[in-house]
Amino acid sequence: MNRCIMIEPVTRIEGHAKITIEVDETGAVSSARFHVTEFRGFEKICEGRPFQEMPGLMARVCGICPVSHVLASSKAGDMLLGVEIPRAAEKQRRLVNYAQVLQSHALSFFHLSAPDLLLGFDSPAPKRNIFGLLAEDQDFARRGIRLRQFGQRIIETAGGKRIHPGWSGPGGVSRQFTTAQRDEILSWIPEVLESINAALGRLKSLLDSFPEELEHIGNFPSLFLATVNDEGGLEYYDGTIRIVDSAGNCIAEHLDPTRYSTFLGEASEDYSYMKFPFYRPFGYPQGHYRVGPLARLNVARFAGTSLADRELREFKQRGEGAVCRSFHYHLARLIEMLHCAERIEELMADRDLFDDTIQAKASLNRREGIGSCEAPRGTLFHHYWVDKNGLMTKADLLIATAQNNHAMNASVEQTARRFLKPLEESNDFEEGMLNRVEAAIRCYDPCLSCSTHALGRMPLVIEIVKGGAVVGRLTRSRA
Amino acid sequence: MSVRTLEVDGKMITALEGQTIFSAAWDSGIHIPRLCHLGGLSDVGACRLCLVEIEGQKRLQPSCMTKVAEDMVVRTNTPALRAHRRLIVELLLAERNHVCSVCVLNGACELQDLAAQLGVDHVRLRPQYPKLEVDLSHDRFGLDHNRCILCTRCVRVCDEVEGAHTWDVAGRGKNSRVITDLGEPWGESASCTSCGKCVQVCPTGALFSKGKTVADMRKDRGFLRYIVTAREKKLWIA
Ligand code: SF4
Ligand code: SF4
Ligand code: FES
Repeated sequence: MNRCIMIEPVTRIEGHAKITIEVDETGAVSSARFHVTEFRGFEKICEGRPFQEMPGLMARVCGICPVSHVLASSKAGDMLLGVEIPRAAEKQRRLVNYAQVLQSHALSFFHLSAPDLLLGFDSPAPKRNIFGLLAEDQDFARRGIRLRQFGQRIIETAGGKRIHPGWSGPGGVSRQFTTAQRDEILSWIPEVLESINAALGRLKSLLDSFPEELEHIGNFPSLFLATVNDEGGLEYYDGTIRIVDSAGNCIAEHLDPTRYSTFLGEASEDYSYMKFPFYRPFGYPQGHYRVGPLARLNVARFAGTSLADRELREFKQRGEGAVCRSFHYHLARLIEMLHCAERIEELMADRDLFDDTIQAKASLNRREGIGSCEAPRGTLFHHYWVDKNGLMTKADLLIATAQNNHAMNASVEQTARRFLKPLEESNDFEEGMLNRVEAAIRCYDPCLSCSTHALGRMPLVIEIVKGGAVVGRLTRSRA
Repeated sequence: MSVRTLEVDGKMITALEGQTIFSAAWDSGIHIPRLCHLGGLSDVGACRLCLVEIEGQKRLQPSCMTKVAEDMVVRTNTPALRAHRRLIVELLLAERNHVCSVCVLNGACELQDLAAQLGVDHVRLRPQYPKLEVDLSHDRFGLDHNRCILCTRCVRVCDEVEGAHTWDVAGRGKNSRVITDLGEPWGESASCTSCGKCVQVCPTGALFSKGKTVADMRKDRGFLRYIVTAREKKLWIA
């Protein structure tokens, strides 16, 4: 008879996940599934509303990475208006997007993952959080908190209170960027670069102590998809899509993101609410791909800023072709933070940013609009259809976490196979395995409320089901 | 015009004969809550937020419709009145869709302000959330019935100040809607002059400038005082 082990993060808020691990007679893993519910009902909320409201609506609907949704939504709106937005508006949006990536990565690395990495996966659970980290290494933890503040401060000063929903919309942005704001941002830069470099050095020196994790937490071949600029360099706001395979070969490039539905398909599996996107020419499941920090660094030929380029060259040595170990998402995040900080500094010297022409005025010129950008977790697409007056008739979102769905499942399965010991053999298999499964999911920093609200560890419930009945249950509540 | 003296909330105030309790109180710094009243437009007593207690009268009276009288004793802010007002606002919030966080007027809305002022931190009634239409057919403005509280300010300003009388109210009870002309889409209205006065006087996010996103709309009612004063002083008559 098969046994079924369920791990269920206990959460009361929208996105929640559950893991089911099926083991056979001998206790060996036969399959592992990561179930997610996402954005259900969003399309209904949009229907019948003016498309101009969408950026603001999106900022409220998704509290995890509102900026990315505001940008993708604004860009879809730009397309509906049929305008090219003023340069200042584009630069402001770029700035805020870099800030968003930086602050989101800081949260993921310092608050959520660093406790595992620095204190060890097997350190006592009550200590494995940002507070434990603070006790252990105050300076390091402080720096992490400040890095996040830096990103949030930019978003706040450019976009208005946290992210003022009215800041960016179809046609541009609503407020001019000032030199006083520039000066404040510039004053942070030396500290920010120093902190990121310190974290990078620290993580790189630690990597050797995780041979098991590197090898068995999400190490598998897949395609990688990301936005790049005209020359194939790292890009977050506007560009074309490039896809590479695990050997590092370019599979496709110069793909127009507004035509994403022609080259990306979505498959369904009966065990998950979330779709499984794939690269159409390869079919499903062969066409599954990863997005986000690891994918961006694999896809981009270069970063385009000096410090990040040096790190990127070194990073690319870690794989044969592409870097396939999902554990390296962490390292990729830090390199991206470095790049974002450099780009932010660069933008501060860009005179276009301060221009007061910030909004292109136009009325509706198209019935279908698509906007995309790189969110912290990967490529994001918003696809809108409107009636002749501009009322939404349909909305489709393709979010980063969904695109990593296949990879998360594969990682969980691989991790479970490696770290789940046969039940009879030991009584304390749960904690060790739990920590690794949690770590496998953390690599992707999925935008589930559990991954951002829980400090240090995910609240989990494991149910061991035997012949349909629960025979064992292990609960881990929030730290 | 003769002067009347009356007591409002324990304070002796003077008012002109024919003045409403509402405006006399406001002139003396006693601000009675209101939604349908707007200085410069006629009063209709639609919202009932300005209800007051008048000594010697059993029924509450809308202060925007009730004239002052000599030696009147009025109370505008008793616990019972506050409870009534709170309930009225809750009814308004429950009747249509008022999810402020995704509304164009979030942060500058009279209904929202009033709710905050009256301590409406939650709505005890089951929200109805009817799915009402949004009319974006006009070139410059939009109408979202979901946010309309049927105060008829738009109807009055269009009729009394602009002189176009584009707006009206059709239907009864919960089916009441403001309409343009005989119910045609706003964009097809033959009488609308696109002056935008209705948009500016609307207390909620029901009427807005097209292109505004969440919390992006701000209203400017300065024009009304200017026009009404000019008209009273006959500035436009040579
Ligand atoms: S009209 Fe006012 S009360 Fe209604 S949702 Fe908008 S801000 Fe809130
Ligand atoms: S549209 Fe505005 S002004 Fe007109 S009745 Fe409704 S709430 Fe009042
Ligand atoms: S203000 Fe008097 S009834 Fe509305």
